[in-house]
Amino acid sequence: MEPIIELKNVTKKFGGITALDNASLHVDKGEVVGLIGDNGAGKSTLIKTLVGVHKPDNGDIIIKGQKVNNWNTKKAREAKIETVFQDRALTPQQSIVWNIFMGKELRHPFGFIKVKEQIDEANKIIREIGFTSKLIDANSPVGNLSGGERQGVAIARAIYNDADLIVLDEPTTALSLIETQKVFDFVNNVKAKGRSVLFIGHNIFHVFDISDRFIILDRGHVVHKLDKNDVKTPEELIKVMKDTVTGGKS
Amino acid sequence: MQKKTGLVSYLSDNSRPLSSFFYFALIMTIFFAAAPEVFFAAKFHQAVMTTLPIIIFLVIPLVFIVTMGEIDLSFASIFGFAAWIFAGSIKYFGFDPFLGLLVGIAGGAALGIFMGCLVVYGRISSLVASLGALFLIRGFLFVVSDSKSITIIEIRDHWMYPLLVGKFYGFPMQLFWAALFVIISYFLYHRHVFGAHVHHVGDNPDSAAQMGVNVDLTRIYCFMFCGIGAGIAGIFSTLINFTWWPTQGFGFLLLAIAGVFVGGTPTWGGVGTILGAVFGSGVIAYMETGIVAMGWSGLWRQFFNGLIIILALLGHRFHGNRIR
Ligand SMILES: Nc1ncnc2c1ncn2[C@@H]1O[C@H](COP(=O)(O)OP(=O)(O)OP(=O)(O)O)[C@@H](O)[C@H]1O
Ligand SMILES: [Mg+2]
Repeated sequence: MEPIIELKNVTKKFGGITALDNASLHVDKGEVVGLIGDNGAGKSTLIKTLVGVHKPDNGDIIIKGQKVNNWNTKKAREAKIETVFQDRALTPQQSIVWNIFMGKELRHPFGFIKVKEQIDEANKIIREIGFTSKLIDANSPVGNLSGGERQGVAIARAIYNDADLIVLDEPTTALSLIETQKVFDFVNNVKAKGRSVLFIGHNIFHVFDISDRFIILDRGHVVHKLDKNDVKTPEELIKVMKDTVTGGKS
Repeated sequence: MQKKTGLVSYLSDNSRPLSSFFYFALIMTIFFAAAPEVFFAAKFHQAVMTTLPIIIFLVIPLVFIVTMGEIDLSFASIFGFAAWIFAGSIKYFGFDPFLGLLVGIAGGAALGIFMGCLVVYGRISSLVASLGALFLIRGFLFVVSDSKSITIIEIRDHWMYPLLVGKFYGFPMQLFWAALFVIISYFLYHRHVFGAHVHHVGDNPDSAAQMGVNVDLTRIYCFMFCGIGAGIAGIFSTLINFTWWPTQGFGFLLLAIAGVFVGGTPTWGGVGTILGAVFGSGVIAYMETGIVAMGWSGLWRQFFNGLIIILALLGHRFHGNRIR
């Protein structure tokens, strides 16, 4: 099967820090890939390079079989890749609607915004997220929302645009059990529709449950690529991780 | 909790422009109370109506810049630069004034783009970059003009003149052009992708970039808009006075910036108000011309100007801090 996205030998440095060292990975159509590793392993750097936030110092990004040049976030979204970033990428003083449609506004000719359509869509999304406070509507600033609600907005935004690949960087931190379950249901849904997910999580049990494959990052290196035949239980996965890290390869 | 009812929520959603309106109304009340006979004389307002449009052309684009988390001081010199192109192209190259106007505005836009590139690619803070450009452009004008004015009386006979700065039932035409400028800017600011991106970039440029907003281009366009506004202002000023002079526009530097903040746009970026800026411009324009027109000593002008700016900003503090 042709991968929908592929990173080949990507290196990314920040000054003296090598955040990614010759890292390669791919995501196939219809699969959920779990990306795991310690704090500072380079997971966020990897997905940010993948979706065009960071420019790699070396290596290739290949989308649907085509090597891309001057890759950036706009092109990534046009290529139907949606991301929930670890920092959520919201603008707190702006309204919920404007945040949901940030960078992908519904447009009239000449770039004028379809104000009413956006509000209607945003209200639909708000109802789906299930905000409890009646004070919240599409025009409320995102900064007035709780941490979990903000996350809801970021996730809803990724869902709204029918993406081929959804990248989730620790989407469940700060979410309640029920909300976490919602996120998992969503991931399974996406997969059932033949789309793909790249999932970063700290909770190995969560990652194990929803992923088809696992990629372990350690200090910028991709140290393991496993699938569910290699590791039968979350405990086994944890053991592999521990062995790698204490293995002390640098 | 209950959702706020219509009126209350309207007032709280629009508190910034409304309080700017309040300051404007306050100033008018003071003038009225001080000297009703002067206040009702048409002459008193005519002086203001001539200056106000020029201040508006400068202040409105600055609202975009400040919303985007930047500042631009170079507009006060771009004002003179565009006007110089306008007057010079007519006087020395025999351009049709309409063509001169287009070229002048294009010159303002080009300098705005230059400013934007300096900030985006040169990675200089906009405060310092535009301060440098302010002096650089002004210095250039002194040198190329040999510090001499350019008079273009002949534009009075051009078809453009009555249309741009003539009188319509006693109102100066530039008032209508300024109104049109405000309306277009309002829609750009609130209902156009450009305005939305300006807000996002001013609020959190990293988030905006991550969501696919072209942050660099948004910044450059915004400085270009500022250059265009300054260009229009400079050309109008030259049309009104039939003259370009080397220091033209310099006096508007601090007044226009004051207009933005008196108008209720906060300093931190991400929010702002176009309507508020219109009232802010009104406050500034009346303070500038009103005090003298009232027959009070011009010595007091700056003092009162400063007083109203500080009081207005203290008042705007009640709109709360930045939401994070
Ligand atoms: N913009 C940046 N500038 C400088 N250094 C950075 C930048 N982003 C990441 N780094 C560095 O790169 C390394 C990898 O960071 P990254 O955020 O990718 O880790 P992570 O695996 O996502 O960690 P976490 O699980 O804590 O989110 C860290 O050492 C970090 O300090
Ligand atoms: Mg991370």
